[in-house]
Amino acid sequence: MSSVRVLVGTRKGAFVLTSDGKREAWAINGPFFGGWEIYHVKGSPADPDRLYASQSTGWFGQLIQRSDDGGKTWEPVGNQFQYEGVPGTHQWYDGTPHPWEFARVWHLEPSLRDPDTVLAGVEDAGLFRSTDGGKSWQELAGLRRQDSGSSWQPGAGGMCLHTIIVDPSEPDRVFVAISAAGVFRSDDGGETWRPKNRGLRSGSIPDEDAEVGHCVHHLAMHPSRPNVLYMQKHWDIMRTDNNAESWQEVSGNLPTDFGFAIDVHAHEPETIYVVPIKSDSEHFPPDGKLRVYRSRTGGNEWEPLTDGLPQKNCYVNVLRDAMAMDSMDECGVYFGTTGGQVYASANAGDSWAPIVRDLPAVLSVEVQTLP
Amino acid sequence: MIRVVLPAHLRTLANTGLEVEIEISGVPTQRALLDALEARYPVLRGTIRDPVTQNRRPFVRFFACEEDLSHEASDTALPESVVTGAEPFFVIGAMAGG
Repeated sequence: MSSVRVLVGTRKGAFVLTSDGKREAWAINGPFFGGWEIYHVKGSPADPDRLYASQSTGWFGQLIQRSDDGGKTWEPVGNQFQYEGVPGTHQWYDGTPHPWEFARVWHLEPSLRDPDTVLAGVEDAGLFRSTDGGKSWQELAGLRRQDSGSSWQPGAGGMCLHTIIVDPSEPDRVFVAISAAGVFRSDDGGETWRPKNRGLRSGSIPDEDAEVGHCVHHLAMHPSRPNVLYMQKHWDIMRTDNNAESWQEVSGNLPTDFGFAIDVHAHEPETIYVVPIKSDSEHFPPDGKLRVYRSRTGGNEWEPLTDGLPQKNCYVNVLRDAMAMDSMDECGVYFGTTGGQVYASANAGDSWAPIVRDLPAVLSVEVQTLP
Repeated sequence: MIRVVLPAHLRTLANTGLEVEIEISGVPTQRALLDALEARYPVLRGTIRDPVTQNRRPFVRFFACEEDLSHEASDTALPESVVTGAEPFFVIGAMAGG
């Protein structure tokens, strides 16, 4: 019988949650790296026992941890993220030039085919690649050096490259998203990049349909439909059907189109999930009700999923990398909250139960479906 | 031997006890000590000093002999009592946050 491994990054360590295919009884392992911020933990699709974790604090900087046994043991690998050449400047919050400074790794994206190859999205926004299992990192500097780089500006959470999606049908095609610059696409394995934000409208920037400057919160893709991407923007749920050449809004009947997380059902490319969040500045669920919204039509028509989720006095947030799917026959949906709960649904969102309630604030959730 | 006291998180990373003993050749400066510490415990590279600039991380401090040596030039000689091992060299994670 298949099993499921949930990789949870929190403000104070990493946790590995495991269950059999029923997804009813869970073992909780951790904390690993207690006291450190774990922005992301992700497994290699090519070798599920190969995991990578981003470990950092404001005191002691960044480490990358690697496990070769599914998270039982870990070893620190390389932590030198050096921007290529003279890094130059981007815009600071006040519009003045600010030198690129490495702060942390937000997202790790292991290769679909090679366990030793992994991409890292970092703050200040840049993309790095390791081909030796995380021991050394080289910047894919074409992203930062394309025309708009010097005009990028940080969002409230910093100027971070937080989303990386590699097209499974064309491995040289890579999408990334940066707050607050937008979506960029490479068709040559990360050497050159173009902004892909046509159709986005952001009322909080001077030119609301500018080529760059949009606060994209997250992207999601179904591997069987790589030309279709879904986006949770600062405001608006968006979709593209043409590899991000153009985007259209599909927020439809959501109670608010602000949020962070978005993901796609493992077997139904038109079934997508978001967690609407109240904004500006509140960043908790509307009316104190934690509701996942599901669209089975690729957007526009949304239904609230509430069974098993708190429907009063709930004021947590669900961050951009804190939702994931398993690929069991009946798709499992998982998300973590800033209140430390990790919720799971073994029936595509129809009902929910907490796997664990009292972790540190959850920063990321990834799921591995194991044979 | 120079005695170095590490903060808890770095002891965990380096898998050491409270104090480590470091031997350095040449002039015993702060830079030489940190170079030797990182050579013996490579996992500490980048945690005390930025791996690119080699500047001390802002929330890390160096204390010895009841003095804050954090702002000393890195090529300044260490105090004699640290060099002889009479006093330890403290790497401190500053109290910060909330």
